[in-house]
Amino acid sequence: MRIGVTVFPGSNCDRDALYAVERMGAEPVELWHADADLKGVDAVIVPGGFSYGDYLRPGAIARFAKVMAPLEYFARSGGPVLGVCNGFQILTEAHLLPGALLRNTGMRFVCRRVRVRVEATNTPWTVLCEPYEELALPVAHNEGNYFADPATLARLEDEWRVVLRYLENPNGSANDIAGICNEGRNVVGVMPHPERVSDPVLGSDEGLRILRSVLAGARV
Amino acid sequence: MNLQETYSALGLSDFEYDRILELLGRPPNYLELSLFSVMWSEHCGYKNSRPLLRRFPNFGPGVLQGPGENAGVVEVGEGWALAFKVESHNHPSAIEPYEGAATGVGGIIRDILAMGARPVALLDSLRFGPMNEERNRYLFREVVRGIGGYGNAVGVPTVGGEVDFAPAYSGNPLVNAMCVGLIRTEDLVRSRATGVGNLVVLLGSKTGRDGIHGATFASDELTEESESRRSNVQVGDPFAEKMLIECCLELLEEDLLVSLQDLGAAGITSSASEMAAKGGVGIEVDAEKVPLRESGMEPYEIVISESQERMLAIVEPDKAERVLEMAERYGLVGAMIGRVAGHGDLRVKSGGETAGSVPAEHLADAPVYEREVVRPPYLDEVQRLELTEIPDPGNYNEVLLRMLAHPNLCSRRSIFEQYDHEVGADTVVFPGADAAVMRVKGTKLGYAMTTDGRGRHCFLDPRGGGAATVAEAYRNLSCVGARPLAITNCLNFGSPEKPEGYYQLAESIEGMAQACESLETPVVSGNVSLYNETEAGAVYPTPVVGMVGVLEDVSRHATPALKREGDMVVVIWSGPEMTLAGSEYLEIVHGKVAGRPPEPDLLAGKKTSDLVRRLVAQGLVDTAHDVSGGGEIVALAEMALAGGLGFEYDEDVLERMIAGPGRGRADVAFFGEGAGDFIVAVSWERWYELQDALAEAPGYDQIGTVGGDRFKIGSHLDVSLQDLREAYERDLFGEPGGAEVAH
Repeated sequence: MRIGVTVFPGSNCDRDALYAVERMGAEPVELWHADADLKGVDAVIVPGGFSYGDYLRPGAIARFAKVMAPLEYFARSGGPVLGVCNGFQILTEAHLLPGALLRNTGMRFVCRRVRVRVEATNTPWTVLCEPYEELALPVAHNEGNYFADPATLARLEDEWRVVLRYLENPNGSANDIAGICNEGRNVVGVMPHPERVSDPVLGSDEGLRILRSVLAGARV
Repeated sequence: MNLQETYSALGLSDFEYDRILELLGRPPNYLELSLFSVMWSEHCGYKNSRPLLRRFPNFGPGVLQGPGENAGVVEVGEGWALAFKVESHNHPSAIEPYEGAATGVGGIIRDILAMGARPVALLDSLRFGPMNEERNRYLFREVVRGIGGYGNAVGVPTVGGEVDFAPAYSGNPLVNAMCVGLIRTEDLVRSRATGVGNLVVLLGSKTGRDGIHGATFASDELTEESESRRSNVQVGDPFAEKMLIECCLELLEEDLLVSLQDLGAAGITSSASEMAAKGGVGIEVDAEKVPLRESGMEPYEIVISESQERMLAIVEPDKAERVLEMAERYGLVGAMIGRVAGHGDLRVKSGGETAGSVPAEHLADAPVYEREVVRPPYLDEVQRLELTEIPDPGNYNEVLLRMLAHPNLCSRRSIFEQYDHEVGADTVVFPGADAAVMRVKGTKLGYAMTTDGRGRHCFLDPRGGGAATVAEAYRNLSCVGARPLAITNCLNFGSPEKPEGYYQLAESIEGMAQACESLETPVVSGNVSLYNETEAGAVYPTPVVGMVGVLEDVSRHATPALKREGDMVVVIWSGPEMTLAGSEYLEIVHGKVAGRPPEPDLLAGKKTSDLVRRLVAQGLVDTAHDVSGGGEIVALAEMALAGGLGFEYDEDVLERMIAGPGRGRADVAFFGEGAGDFIVAVSWERWYELQDALAEAPGYDQIGTVGGDRFKIGSHLDVSLQDLREAYERDLFGEPGGAEVAH
């Protein structure tokens, strides 16, 4: 399986994601922001970082990058896409996922391991997780406070589209939301970083359960 | 303004101006005078410290690059090396803390990049005045935000550091940033300009008026007037820096550069003249070719501007186009601004005319001032300490809780959670331990790093404190299981023109040098920050040591956290007696900064440290911590808190310890410092194995066992873990007036 990792100016988890893809046993493919070409990959990870310096608003400029047109097409055609942290922010800015990520309520950057619960396993990125499994995943962000209007939140809950939920909310997210998916369930955005816990020497490889899910080939 | 006022305003003395006349054989113009002003400042020219710095040992096995380059480099094995350096940004941070700290981080990252290494870790050593003053809280909060704001965005994890609060730092905070880079030994680059006719390429951001004469500003005392020099402080753009890192690393990978140098203090002037002086060549720069972000800049402003996120590269002419294309790919400005020349001058041109021309070797050859080292009288006064004058505080529960809640000893979580310490996916041991540990991907190797400073100790005894600072770093690396390799240092002192300041500088260096020799950790890079004074006086003499070490098998490391119920807890002695002199306890509980801590026994300390390191590296011990600020009981409490497990001290051992040599008092035994002891824990199954291994230790004692949810020290002290946690885990930014956001 070939998995693409987008690289925007200012992405800084791109190399970690490429490394994690290798650890998964898949072939990592770098997708440069200025090339409107997904190079025939089977899945795409939009990694974290500060694309375009987070100037203006996180993700607001990246969504206009050339690579986004084929990525949007891929996503709308059911291709598996995982946005992590800044990647999640970019996917909401591109309207591939609903809602927005606001400044943490604590008004500070927060970097720590948090416990989350897997709320939906019928996505290509969580199919290997047990229902309601608890994972300890790292977060590191300034704007991870998920916001959506009450109607959207209700829909997300009704349609079981909350994929990860914080057991200890680090940022004030509505409904303790740590990750959601789109209607087609193929596009998932999460604030925690599974790629950072993909190696036992780093103390945990729990993140591989999320990343390896996509290898199961599930297009739910 | 007459001539003398002009050069005085630029920070040059009469003597220095006369020397310039002599060297040039003619009067300099304003541009040339500016070049000398910045290159002969203490910050660039080390004119007060150079003779003293010669005392440091610089070589040893594995040292690939000592001082004189942008960073020192040591080998860690399997073809990998670490490039590392620590640098101060004290003065800018005193005036504009967010940007001062942020650009300090940016600057040290470029030093590492200039060696061709990928920056992989940051550490910050910080000092502020007490938190009961609003200004200090503001500086602290904004410095931490600035470090996070820059480091998080640029994608280099901040994995360690330290912070201390003392009245001596009020108004003159210390902000020292250290960066570590990883590189293949064969890929090292140097900054020497070579090849007459090669091109000088400026990469990165455009040049503006920010930071004009910043180096001169940094080499002066802070006064009320300093506030008006806010425009001397640069503004950072971590996004541009991230692009610069990726661009330069790709340029080097493609073998497109002859040499590389970062632009820091004094901008193009400093970089170009250093590159030229090292290569024994000249460099001509055309100021008109420098891409500018504002109009109407004078040539002298262009060449000394300290605009951030820029690098200077020497490039062969046939590769220049590819270099510029690469810059464009990364959204950076690349410009051919000059060429390497045979004449040996740094020559600035503008509008086809020569605007200034000075031999590069003269700029690199700042005058040197050697002064007499005279013991200042204050030492006799502060070193006096009568134990009988220190009342026994009685209630030790209260004392411990008070100490754990003090800003100097409480949890650093509220700081390091604002820093991304995991980006890069290499961090094995996180902030909060004795040292940070990272892995080298694709190998079993790991490396560890720590920063340490002991300002109060150096104030009480500059030489002993200097040695203790290096020994402390050595112990911290040993605790995590790393073999110490080498150090970088940042010497934060007051004015060397005052006898007291010069004595502290000279003596601290002597102590550090002795320790570096005994511990076999050469100094491979460093930075000097003098004139850390306000109208209220000088800061504590605070040499900060950044030490790196290697782990052959990174999976075998230790942390302070107690890990298993029932583990045996063992204290390993180093030899020297513990004392209250200069201790945290004496300051926090009794409000005294006094006494003369005993000189560290370097060789005994090394032997014990090496033993602890071997215990960890062999996989026998996974829990280790050194007894440092706060003494043995605070160290034990830290271990209990980190592991979330209780501890009980063995009653008999405790009474024996209290009655031990030089003690006789519970508070000395509990909170005394300076002995260089270690605490380790093992499961009881491995207790016999540990005893065998400890046969070579100067001494050890099994002091108690892990378990329960209380922290119990015989009949003297009994606190619940919950109470300990409430005292220790405090939010340093939640203080009155400390939580609001200014930006």
